[in-house]
Amino acid sequence: LIASYVFLQQDKNARPLALAGHVGFDSLPDQLVNKSTSQGFCFNILCIGETGIGKSTLMDTLFNTNFENFESSHFEPKVKLRAQTYDLQESNVRLKLTIVNTVGFGDQMNKQESYQHVVDYIDTQFESYLQEELKIKRSLHNYHDSRIHACLYFIAPSGHSLKSLDLVTMKKLDSKVNIIPVIAKADTISKSELHKFKIKIMSELVSNGVQIYQFPTDDETVAKINTAMNGHLPFAVVGSTEEVKIGNKMVKARQYPWGVVQVENENHCDFVKLREMLICVNMEDLREQTHARHYELYRRCKLEEMGFKDTDPESKPISLQQTYEAKRQEFLSELQRREEEMRQMFVQRVKEKEMELKEAERELQSKFEQLKRLHHEENSKLEEKKKMLEDEINTFNNKKAAAELLQAQAFSTNAIKKDKDRKK
Amino acid sequence: FMTRTLPPHPQGHITGSELFGYVGIEAVLDQMRRKAMKTGFEFNIMVVGQSGLGKSTLVNTLFKSKVSRKSCTPNYEEKIPKTVQLQSVSHVIEEKGVKMKLTVIDTPGFGDQINNNNCWEPIVKYINEQYEKYLVEELNVSRKRRIPDTRVHCCVYFLPPTGHWLRPIDVEFMKRLGKIVSIVPVIAKADTLTMEERLEFKETIRHNLQANGIQVYPQREYDEDAEDRIRNDKIRENIPFAVVGTDKEHQVNGNKVLGRKTKWGIIEVENVAHCEFANLRDLLIRSHLQDLKDVTHDIHYETYRVRRLNEGNGGGPVNGSLEKSDGESQSRSQPFQLTVALH
Repeated sequence: LIASYVFLQQDKNARPLALAGHVGFDSLPDQLVNKSTSQGFCFNILCIGETGIGKSTLMDTLFNTNFENFESSHFEPKVKLRAQTYDLQESNVRLKLTIVNTVGFGDQMNKQESYQHVVDYIDTQFESYLQEELKIKRSLHNYHDSRIHACLYFIAPSGHSLKSLDLVTMKKLDSKVNIIPVIAKADTISKSELHKFKIKIMSELVSNGVQIYQFPTDDETVAKINTAMNGHLPFAVVGSTEEVKIGNKMVKARQYPWGVVQVENENHCDFVKLREMLICVNMEDLREQTHARHYELYRRCKLEEMGFKDTDPESKPISLQQTYEAKRQEFLSELQRREEEMRQMFVQRVKEKEMELKEAERELQSKFEQLKRLHHEENSKLEEKKKMLEDEINTFNNKKAAAELLQAQAFSTNAIKKDKDRKK
Repeated sequence: FMTRTLPPHPQGHITGSELFGYVGIEAVLDQMRRKAMKTGFEFNIMVVGQSGLGKSTLVNTLFKSKVSRKSCTPNYEEKIPKTVQLQSVSHVIEEKGVKMKLTVIDTPGFGDQINNNNCWEPIVKYINEQYEKYLVEELNVSRKRRIPDTRVHCCVYFLPPTGHWLRPIDVEFMKRLGKIVSIVPVIAKADTLTMEERLEFKETIRHNLQANGIQVYPQREYDEDAEDRIRNDKIRENIPFAVVGTDKEHQVNGNKVLGRKTKWGIIEVENVAHCEFANLRDLLIRSHLQDLKDVTHDIHYETYRVRRLNEGNGGGPVNGSLEKSDGESQSRSQPFQLTVALH
């Protein structure tokens, strides 16, 4: 964390100067805070844990209210995330609190994909913000920031060690979100077991290279308490919205036949520590880390993925706009190339079709010729036959004529004979 | 044993009375304050006006130290430059643990030439260059944690105490610059005006401003809510503040006061009955400093950014005329559309 005061002091162009009287800019932090109060704050918590481990109850206890809770079944086919937003107000501070709970985490037979939905959800919120930031006309100060500021990871109180699902999930998330691991339902572990459990968990996290959120120790005002609290991680918590009378006070507690576990009693559990750290001391730091570290990492990776760089091959700085122009040119020329390709393909197809059609035409033509020939042949055959017939008719006619003539001659001969006979 | 639980609340508004007991949310205000104190603040103020109007003195009086360029340049010679120049000087000042890097940008030569046509251009160029610097940083893939802010948060424009009306140079300057920076006009060397003359002058100026469509700080359209409007209306009814500056102290009624001693009396700079220096100081520093920065960042800078990104590959910062550019973006008039697709 580069302290910007250091930046101020190291600025060679800015010399320190003493003031001869009261100017009044000491009111600046107040001016800043007043602006923020009128705008309100956003805080988004993600709770990851198995079904029934006490996520919702803890949130209720933390914020001293009863959020609308749904009991989930154990038969969810996939891990889902449910986000609910509430407007809280304490004195003049308005907080837009969003609580995101995992649903069905750890319930599946095959848990290999469990963490992916969580990672996707976190990335989606980053993407949303990035989109807004890259818009031309944007309104960032009105934007409802949905990025996850704190991730409470609920560890089951087995007393032994972390589950492999826990390790794998936290490893996937540690560069994307501030992870605060908590041991849930801590009233089922004895004090000595708890101590051993905590040590085991922390050593497993370290040996697996999981980076959990460290409460910041660079500000003297809070360095001491934060350092101390870092040593108490993971916080062993108990949640309850029910109250039990202890002495003459009503306290949040869980009542058993063998005694009462008081939520806000630091001897019983670390709930108060969690509330201190999460809300009273480090809420602003959690928000800042999310924006300045996790979001920036996401943004850088996303832009690099898309091919944007800050320097060109000769290490000269290039602006996003230059890269964009270059990409746009690339894109346009790609478009042109594709257009050309398509045009070529079209021309080709047209040619092919043309040839096909020509071929078909030729075939048709030859068929036509063939038919014509056939017809001609038939025609001539017909003519022949006709001729033959005509010849026959002629011949017949001739014969007939001849026969008639003969007959006529015969008749006339007969007639002459008869005449002759008569005359005698 | 008594036990009780609260009924469930649907998503939506849960007010303080329904928060059963203390949570600690309001501690976030202290957290913010702490962070702000640690990080420190930056403030960049520009002073514009003809030479001799007391710009350097006023700025020194505002910040109770020799913050102007004049005061820190050894062997400073008052020479009127041939063209408008821009010179900035930065100091780190601290008050009750609050650290501020104050940059004062001076504009010697403004309005001092015989021909003052376009004398605002170097100033417009400077202001836009600072926006450009910030934009480039903001668009980097790997960005700095805190982008150095050299943008001009406030431009104090000095009007000579003529008592008449705004001159053409005043109108031209404020018209153009009112669009890109928050202008705070002041009547300089106001000890030459009587109370009546002052009131009349102020009213005339306000009329002139309105008639020319000039928006000065605090701009009406940027009032955030009703409370803001009421507060700022009071200020708008009173601007421009008639100011007097000095770094000399005198004894008045047994007290040491900042004042200008003349043969006919001592003008107490911080006395609101004498001049409006205290009002200006309160506006610029004690109540609206953060707001000046916010308006610069949320409005003026964003306006510049939109214009710049819509120009496509313009190359360098937008400068010169603020009218619709004709020769500026030649080949490409396509908007800068960065569509980031979720794969």
